[in-house]
Amino acid sequence: MKHTETIKVENLTTGYRNSKGEKCVTNSLCASLYFGELTCLLGPNGAGKSTLLRTLAGFQKPLSGSITVSGKPLSDYSGRELARTISVVLTEKPLLENMDVETLVGLGRAPYTGFWGRFTPADREAIDRAIDLAGIEPLRHRMVQSLSDGERQKTMIAKAFAQETPVIFLDEPTAFLDYPSKVEIMLLLYSLAHKMNKTIFMSTHDLDMAMQLSDCIWLMDKKLGVRTGTHAELTESGDIEQYFLRPGIKFDKKDGLFKIDLAIKKQAIDNETEL
Amino acid sequence: MKFVILCVSLVLLFFANLFVGSVEIPPQQVIDILFNNGDPDGPLRFIVVGSRLPQAITAALAGAALTVSGLMLQTAFRNPLAGPSILGITSGSSLGVAFVILFLGGSVSAAGYSWGGYAAILIGSFVGSIAIMGLLLLFSMWLKNDLMLLIAGIMVGYLTSSVITLLNYLSTAEGVHGYAMWGMGNFNGVALGQIPMFSIAIGAGLLLSILMVKPLNIILLGENYALNLGIRMQWVRNMLLITTGLLTSVVTAFCGPISFIGLAVPHVVRMIFRVSDHRIIIPGCILTGGVIGLICNLLCILPENIVLPLNGVTPLIGVPVIMYVIFKERFKKR
Repeated sequence: MKHTETIKVENLTTGYRNSKGEKCVTNSLCASLYFGELTCLLGPNGAGKSTLLRTLAGFQKPLSGSITVSGKPLSDYSGRELARTISVVLTEKPLLENMDVETLVGLGRAPYTGFWGRFTPADREAIDRAIDLAGIEPLRHRMVQSLSDGERQKTMIAKAFAQETPVIFLDEPTAFLDYPSKVEIMLLLYSLAHKMNKTIFMSTHDLDMAMQLSDCIWLMDKKLGVRTGTHAELTESGDIEQYFLRPGIKFDKKDGLFKIDLAIKKQAIDNETEL
Repeated sequence: MKFVILCVSLVLLFFANLFVGSVEIPPQQVIDILFNNGDPDGPLRFIVVGSRLPQAITAALAGAALTVSGLMLQTAFRNPLAGPSILGITSGSSLGVAFVILFLGGSVSAAGYSWGGYAAILIGSFVGSIAIMGLLLLFSMWLKNDLMLLIAGIMVGYLTSSVITLLNYLSTAEGVHGYAMWGMGNFNGVALGQIPMFSIAIGAGLLLSILMVKPLNIILLGENYALNLGIRMQWVRNMLLITTGLLTSVVTAFCGPISFIGLAVPHVVRMIFRVSDHRIIIPGCILTGGVIGLICNLLCILPENIVLPLNGVTPLIGVPVIMYVIFKERFKKR
């Protein structure tokens, strides 16, 4: 099956421009995101994951290169058009008082509502659907400030569903969550990509989970640049090992996951007794 | 239901403000005078229509204006402790007024301003607040971060205060006294003839704020989420500064730098309505602001024979509210 490209990135250089000149973060990136796929962006802190996401979401301009969304350059999109194409879930935690879950999810309808932001029956349906998909029906009337981190993350994801965009970007949606919640969120995103044919692109530090639950992986590193491929491809080529292997970590080629090196573990204790 | 209660209290307090004053007039007579029955040119008519009526209107409108600008600033900066005075807009107005009163000290004395003096104070306030607004607009081009802009506003406020202190030092005794009187705040600064102009200016500002309910609701989520939902942040931020600048400078010019209403009353409104939707909160702020303005005015005129300065009363309502908000924040973090 040949899948369809949603976002195509050619020779993209991201970074910041200030009075002293340009500070490049990612250089000459060429890659694509596809419909119906969950793609994970992996890389150490400071590799430029957030900058890449910000650039792809249109929050900041690329230093050079092109981003094409559904066949049209990103820069040609109007604000409202883009709001109906790409939705985001960010790391920032909005300080919201007196706002219930339903209202927050409803804000995702902003690109569709009129001047006063009043909902049509179609808007209400979209909100109900989003709440249902995210599985947060029991939370519907809870105040946002009373939610746990996992519940709040699901609410923000429901907001993104309500926005009804073909593309969803998420910046570390599983950070600060307990293990079951991480798995829950990842499964939710995976099923969404496949069932609703969405293009989902998320950055994460949860290597194992990303490798087991994503359709495609983008590896990112300051020195090594960006490599993309499926988990199997990247394991086969040895790229995954190259990006994450450090003393103390062993890579199990059979299932393609990382393990702690038991020899190093023993050594760690021995060193301590010597001290 | 809550709106009905607020409307009823607004009307009741409005009449209470007309009935109470240093000269005792029976309520029946006040109503007769208001509806043009009896005492056509008497001194009582002058007191009710010429003094109490404009004062009550001013109190309600100024309260509403300050509350709405406080709410908009708190939403825009996502900071519960933002307000027109903190952002430096009020101090901008004060600086303009200080220039006028302190430099033209002799001619604009405290005992009652001439028409020219009034006009000069008004112009000073407008110029001052618009200069600060311009400065903030300029800052907001570089400072994309709202917290930084807030801090810049606070710094500008300090700077204007220091200039005002210097002006005070260099001025005449009469000038200092005049400025001090204005600085205490009052709702009787608007004469009956100026009421239409005052009402139109405040009405325009309140209308602008109502037109912005949708972007205000969305920027609650933060700048990046708002951008992603198709909000033009620069435009919204400029509109917010212009609206709050207009509301604050008009009130400050006429009534002095009134503290705490803009900061505290939006929190009272949030406690009453317990929603975040600006389609409810803004009308709520207009009504509650009017009610609190009238209560403050009533407290000022209630003691016999003297009129208390407004800024001696507003902290009595404002400080407990702000303390409550701060302590609530603290307990939430635990």
